[in-house]
Amino acid sequence: MSIEVRSISKTFGRFAALRGVSLRVETGELVALLGPSGSGKTTLLRIIAGMEQPDPGSGPILFEDENVARRGVGARQVGFVFQHYALFRHMTVFENVAFGLRVRPGKLRPPKEVIRQRVRRLLQLVQLETFANRYPNQLSGGQRQRVALARALAIEPRVLLLDEPFGSLDAKVRKELRQWLRRLHDEIHITSVFVTHDQEEALELADRVVVMNEGQIEQIGTPDEVFHSPCTEFVTTFLGQVNFFHGRVEDGKLHFASLTWDAPEAAEMPAQPVRVFVRPHDFEVDTHRNGAPSFKATVRRVHSAGPNVRLELTAESGEHLLVELPQEHYRSRQIAAGSQVYVTPRDVKVFAKNGTDGQDAADGQVE
Amino acid sequence: MLIALKRHSVLPGFGLTMGFTLAYLSLVVLIPLAALFLRAAGVDWDRLWAALSDPQVVAAFRLSFRTALIAAALNAVFGLVVAWVLVRYTFPGKRLIDAAVDLPFALPTAVSGITLTALFDQNGWFGRWLQPLGITVVGAPLGITVALVFIGLPFVVRTLQPALEDLDPEVEEAAASLGANRLQTFLRVILPMVLPALLAGFAMAFARGLGEYGSVVFISGNMPMETEIVPKLIVDKLSQHDVVGACAMGVVMLAASFVLLFVINLLQWWSRRHV
Amino acid sequence: MSSASGAAVSVAPAWQGRVRSATTEPAAVRWALIGVSLLFLGVFLVVPLVAVFYQALAKGLGEYLRALVDPHARAAIGLTLITAAIVVPLNTVFGIAAAWAIAKFEFRGKQLLITLIDLPFSVSPVVAGLIFILVFGRNGWLGPWLDARGLNVVFAVPGIVLATLFVTFPFVARELIPLMQAQGTEEEEAARVLGASGWQTLWRVTLPNIKWGLLYGIILCNGRAMGEFGAVSVVSGRIRGLTNTMPLHVEVLYYENVAAAFAVASLLALLALVTLAAKSVLEWNVRRQVARAGNNLAQGESP
Repeated sequence: MSIEVRSISKTFGRFAALRGVSLRVETGELVALLGPSGSGKTTLLRIIAGMEQPDPGSGPILFEDENVARRGVGARQVGFVFQHYALFRHMTVFENVAFGLRVRPGKLRPPKEVIRQRVRRLLQLVQLETFANRYPNQLSGGQRQRVALARALAIEPRVLLLDEPFGSLDAKVRKELRQWLRRLHDEIHITSVFVTHDQEEALELADRVVVMNEGQIEQIGTPDEVFHSPCTEFVTTFLGQVNFFHGRVEDGKLHFASLTWDAPEAAEMPAQPVRVFVRPHDFEVDTHRNGAPSFKATVRRVHSAGPNVRLELTAESGEHLLVELPQEHYRSRQIAAGSQVYVTPRDVKVFAKNGTDGQDAADGQVE
Repeated sequence: MLIALKRHSVLPGFGLTMGFTLAYLSLVVLIPLAALFLRAAGVDWDRLWAALSDPQVVAAFRLSFRTALIAAALNAVFGLVVAWVLVRYTFPGKRLIDAAVDLPFALPTAVSGITLTALFDQNGWFGRWLQPLGITVVGAPLGITVALVFIGLPFVVRTLQPALEDLDPEVEEAAASLGANRLQTFLRVILPMVLPALLAGFAMAFARGLGEYGSVVFISGNMPMETEIVPKLIVDKLSQHDVVGACAMGVVMLAASFVLLFVINLLQWWSRRHV
Repeated sequence: MSSASGAAVSVAPAWQGRVRSATTEPAAVRWALIGVSLLFLGVFLVVPLVAVFYQALAKGLGEYLRALVDPHARAAIGLTLITAAIVVPLNTVFGIAAAWAIAKFEFRGKQLLITLIDLPFSVSPVVAGLIFILVFGRNGWLGPWLDARGLNVVFAVPGIVLATLFVTFPFVARELIPLMQAQGTEEEEAARVLGASGWQTLWRVTLPNIKWGLLYGIILCNGRAMGEFGAVSVVSGRIRGLTNTMPLHVEVLYYENVAAAFAVASLLALLALVTLAAKSVLEWNVRRQVARAGNNLAQGESP
């Protein structure tokens, strides 16, 4: 079942949590709402669930083209999973999962045996069948969250909403549950939206990522798209690490870090300062000039432990840079702390400043 | 002996404070309480039993237990409503009302005693409405119950307030998202979670009601076999120099206090366990 | 009134701030519940309070004042004040000592000690009076010894003081114990390391930290000390002018001159109102101190 929200705004007192946000999630998609604290992602999720009401004047909230904006949270048939599990601590695991089925009004309530079977099946699904008679305080964090998930799925929701579902868990458990959730989603194909501030989680789990900042959507795209083709400066700097240069565009040419590149896309732009971003792995580093335009830099530190080698450089023009190289590339070149190297950027993202901070007018990729 | 079991600490004064504490506790509380037990123990069983099975005594115990139980139950119900309203809602005058809940606790029992009597007496502000309806409060067990509701009120409310404040709103949201309406959420989720606190408050109100004297003795009329509560009977026996009778009843009251204290501690421990 | 539950007051509830729509009842239900509460509290709290003053002034202001300056009334007021003046400081010193021993040290039997301190709270006031008769009465343990020296405890002022001491025993301690436990021992240990003596540590470090809880406990202790009826009623001889405290005097007057009884009662009611007002103010301060202690501990725990 698809979800669509249009022009949703929400203010708390004087704080604008959401400003006219619109979004569409297709049936069966797993979408991540990614952003820093205060970006509005949890508010948006809660509005979709029905736990908060959007400001008057906001657009509709459509579940498969049916406007549910006037319905209470119980009537929307959403499954909601909280960061801190919100399990009923006075009930066993079984009773927690069965809750949604037991509170249905008379006619809609399934008979006891049906409930029992359905709960058992769900506990099997989350691999907690043997814990049916335990209480939440006897379970680990990861187990509790799986119970919370089973409980949410018990009512056969049309949509699954998860609010930082792994935020309270240890790093290792978080990674395990992440993969487990993806496999689960592949199995049951329920339209799901989850909120996270952890970009690794969003990029690894989601079919599409919605990057949010200060109550607005910065970009929507596949993990690949948002990472490699960011549309705004915020998305560029928020996802992954990035190196920053002050630059200038003039007469169809881009100047930065003592380099000059052809920028045909910028031919129409008036001469202006720009902000140039390069990801650490988008540099080539060599101990001598090799033909491509490069600038000089001094190596300050080498971190060679890990899948890639990370170099801290200081460019000739003064910027401190972080460069990532594959291990073989590094070993074949004899780069050490203190050595002089030649750095060639391969892929840059350029954004023009539009007067106000954070507002980017144009973007361009220069080869 | 206790000193030897203490872990070494850099702070001084353990010996002094502990010694003073134990000495003061013994002198003021433990030894006098022991006097009651020893006095009762020193009497042979038959005399004690005769004293306790006296119809007047039995009637007094029945009355005290019954009225204390009913009053505590009423306080449990209304106390829950009051605590809920004070924790969850805002309305004009709420802070004043919240402070006022402690009035029965702060007001001397003799004052509440004569005031309630004056209110419910035939010509009193409440009494004049109840009289035509055939309801007599002063001089009847109902009066005792009314007085006990008054003095037990703060116990339930003050025990429930922290428990209600500690409720996690997300748990209620979870219940709502699973399709439960407010009544279902209240009965299946909220109430079980505050039940230990509710029972503890109930037990405290009950314990207080059992032993209450000043608030009750004016409104009850003190008719033997009818409206005579245990504390009043103890006082009467003392003035008649029936020390054995007074002690026998006193020991039972004391035992009841200990049992209730134990139960209350148990309930408070239980309420912390599931966290 | 944290004393009812014996636990420290809870810190900022989760309900302040945003109104969450999934967790409130429909408006009709809300107002109905508020209405029921106000009715219940109105009948059982507000009206009685108003009635005290109404009855006291029933015969006019003149009679009211006359009742208060009556010599027996003045003696009763005096005795009440003296009793409180003796009982409150004693129980306060005890409260501080007990809280220090319990909060700053680890030892076996701590919970038992706390329960024992709470005992007088759950004992019927009449039983509280009875036990002192058993110890100090003519046929009591110390009866003959006291008789021989012509000393009177029961049916005299000392008996009243002792009974009141028993009944108000836990008040200061049970305010201070949770407060001092929440505050921990770090500050005192720091003072010791810097060279302060035990008394200096107590005076300069501990007491300022607990001052609100201490004041709170003292106010409650005082309220109960002045208002105690049952225990004192058993132990005193109700000798007018000698062994009548204010509550006892109220009782005596009630059977003679109702308005006069209410006049004296109104003074006690005023005391109760002052106690309540002070309570509200102090409770807020105690809450802040517990919260601050909790924050300090939490910050200390994270690496």
